[in-house]
Amino acid sequence: MTAALQIIGLPLPLALLIAVGVIAAVGYMLTRARAMTRAGGDARGLHSLPRYYGMTAAMFAAVPALGVMVIWMLAQPMVVQNAVLPLIPAAEITSAGTQSLILSDVKRVADGLDVAVAQGALKRADIAAMADDPSGLRETLGSVGVALGSDVKPYVLQAAEASRGLKTKGQSWMAIVVLVLALGGAALALRAADPAFRARNVVERGILVLLIVAASLAILTTVGIVLSMLFESINFFRLHDWKDFFLGTTWAPNFRGDSDLSILPLLWGTLYISIVALLVAVPIGLFAAIYLSEYAGPKVRAVAKPLLEILAGIPTIVYGLFALLTVGPFLVSIFGRGDEGLLGVEWMSGATAVLTAGLVMGIMLIPFVSSLSDDIINAVPQSLRDGSFGLGATQSETVRQVVLPAALPGIVGAILLAASRAIGETMIVVLGAGAIARISGNPFEAMTTITTRIVSQLTGDTDFASPETLVAFALGLTLFVLTLGLNVIALYIVRTYREQYE
Amino acid sequence: MTSENNVTDTNVKIAARDVQVYYGDNHAIKDVNVDIEDKTVTAFIGPSGCGKSTFLRCINRMNDTIDVCRVTGDIRIDGEDIYDRAVDPVQLRAKVGMVFQKPNPFPKSIYDNVAYGPRIHGLSRNKAELDDIVERALRRGAIWDEVKDRLQAPGTGLSGGQQQRLCIARAVATEPEVLLMDEPCSALDPIATAQVEELIDELRQNYSVVIVTHSMQQAARVSQKTAFFHLGNLVEFGETDKIFTSPEDPRTESYITGRIG
Repeated sequence: MTAALQIIGLPLPLALLIAVGVIAAVGYMLTRARAMTRAGGDARGLHSLPRYYGMTAAMFAAVPALGVMVIWMLAQPMVVQNAVLPLIPAAEITSAGTQSLILSDVKRVADGLDVAVAQGALKRADIAAMADDPSGLRETLGSVGVALGSDVKPYVLQAAEASRGLKTKGQSWMAIVVLVLALGGAALALRAADPAFRARNVVERGILVLLIVAASLAILTTVGIVLSMLFESINFFRLHDWKDFFLGTTWAPNFRGDSDLSILPLLWGTLYISIVALLVAVPIGLFAAIYLSEYAGPKVRAVAKPLLEILAGIPTIVYGLFALLTVGPFLVSIFGRGDEGLLGVEWMSGATAVLTAGLVMGIMLIPFVSSLSDDIINAVPQSLRDGSFGLGATQSETVRQVVLPAALPGIVGAILLAASRAIGETMIVVLGAGAIARISGNPFEAMTTITTRIVSQLTGDTDFASPETLVAFALGLTLFVLTLGLNVIALYIVRTYREQYE
Repeated sequence: MTSENNVTDTNVKIAARDVQVYYGDNHAIKDVNVDIEDKTVTAFIGPSGCGKSTFLRCINRMNDTIDVCRVTGDIRIDGEDIYDRAVDPVQLRAKVGMVFQKPNPFPKSIYDNVAYGPRIHGLSRNKAELDDIVERALRRGAIWDEVKDRLQAPGTGLSGGQQQRLCIARAVATEPEVLLMDEPCSALDPIATAQVEELIDELRQNYSVVIVTHSMQQAARVSQKTAFFHLGNLVEFGETDKIFTSPEDPRTESYITGRIG
């Protein structure tokens, strides 16, 4: 079966995919034709439009078959691995680390043998001959482009051969099961194609299932992310005292071990920079939104709103460069350089500072705040404005006393969403804020944030067993919890507000 | 009816001459001439889209807030041209109050809703005076007894009829001379409508009231003068009794007997 499918020279999964597609297409046409024939050639005699009958066949043929194929392909490597595990001598497995090393060796040798056989460099008999002394195998595999780290040990070759055998067997069975399912599904739909069969409703259910699967995948991924971070964080807290992490005041990672890993200086830097950013973004963004929604004419609005939103499309690394090359030196020329500076003071020594990063991050957030606030202000009913104008209020009195109070919950929600973006922002602070972890109130000093420390702990050579690396996951989890909390509060506020005018 | 229509005071409050209104290229109001008297309820009736609301909104220059709207001609209140450059539309609207079709209380407390106008225009010197103004306005809006114990409750929490009376109280709190009402009862049930109509009749003692309505019964019940608009023209204007019993124009007769509109 496998060989037959591979005659056309395609890898098995792709060949199966095409086969299922063909079965689905043929099923579609046959079922549609059969439904029409049964209705005496008149589509009005059918419960549903003819194409719905075809669609049920395509659906029944493709969905279960492809579903089984995906699950099979995910599960097979694990099953194979468990099956070859007993072939490895227990003496070789000294720890969980060596076990996974040996297993990856086995996998690599097995793949290499596949390649060598396919290219004709090795024959089945050759492999059997090498069973006791596979030392020449490394060279042979190297000649077909599969480099190995060490000479192949006999038990590895044995395990590799076993896994190859299991893999071939598994693939054959998979092909059979998938094709049988596809044909069976198509046949089932073909049999059901009767004028009274409610094909339209069946298709509707199928679409519902599709949508549910999409929605749950999105949620499950989030859960997966959280869980993976959670496990690594637990590993970290096994190696490092949680009290020091949450309550200590020094951040001094040291790859020789015995580091001070406390979140407080990073948290302080994150919050300080975010607050500066919000102090810039909220007033400017809000005023821009008020201008756009209350004062600007349709023509100005048509030009200004997209222009403002272009700012939101700029990659944050570009903002980072802007901070590093333009804003930072500019601020230094004002607040630094002693007598040569604009103010003649010596407050700021380097271009990277809380103020630099906060300012640029604020600029980045302006379109975010203004766009959300603009939508919210537009949702305030015109009748409230008319009522205020009718009492002799000016436009700004109306905005201040009627429109903004009515929009306030939504605007607060928008600000919280902006805050959670500021807290999670990375590139601007990498380039603009510096790398010194400290707790200080001086905005002209360099500071660092949680996100930049995660980057620096995980770049370069990393050993995933040391607390210096694992701390990144604890930091990430804290950040996640922080922004998640802000988002939940923001969405709650926005939602309560929306109900008010519906 | 007859007693109500016995208007003794006949001085003209609002005089409109050759008023034209354009929405972009659309000529919405054509050559309207009308004299609206003080301390009288004047009803504007006519089919939808005939321009009665548009004309009403000319009287306090609410049309200024619509970009494409253009008004020509002459509207005078107490002899003063309200479209003169010297007139501030914002000040004018304090003098010519307006009540809208849908009750639109601000998302504030009942007290703050009524105090909104007086605060903007600085009508009170201290809290006690403001309290007085609010109470007087709520009494005139015939809603004081229902809300006096919960002045700090949100205005949006009242029932539809109460909300509309609150909006009327809010409008009278700035001591206007003219009160414009744009279908004030169209969103209310019959009981709330009756309360508002009763209120309009009381308001007549102090103000010149102009009311736009789709209900001819309502026009007959509350007004002393009626103007019938059709396709942007003021077709007929006169004593309410006369309009409803012996209209001069055939179009008016067709409308009030239900043959057009």
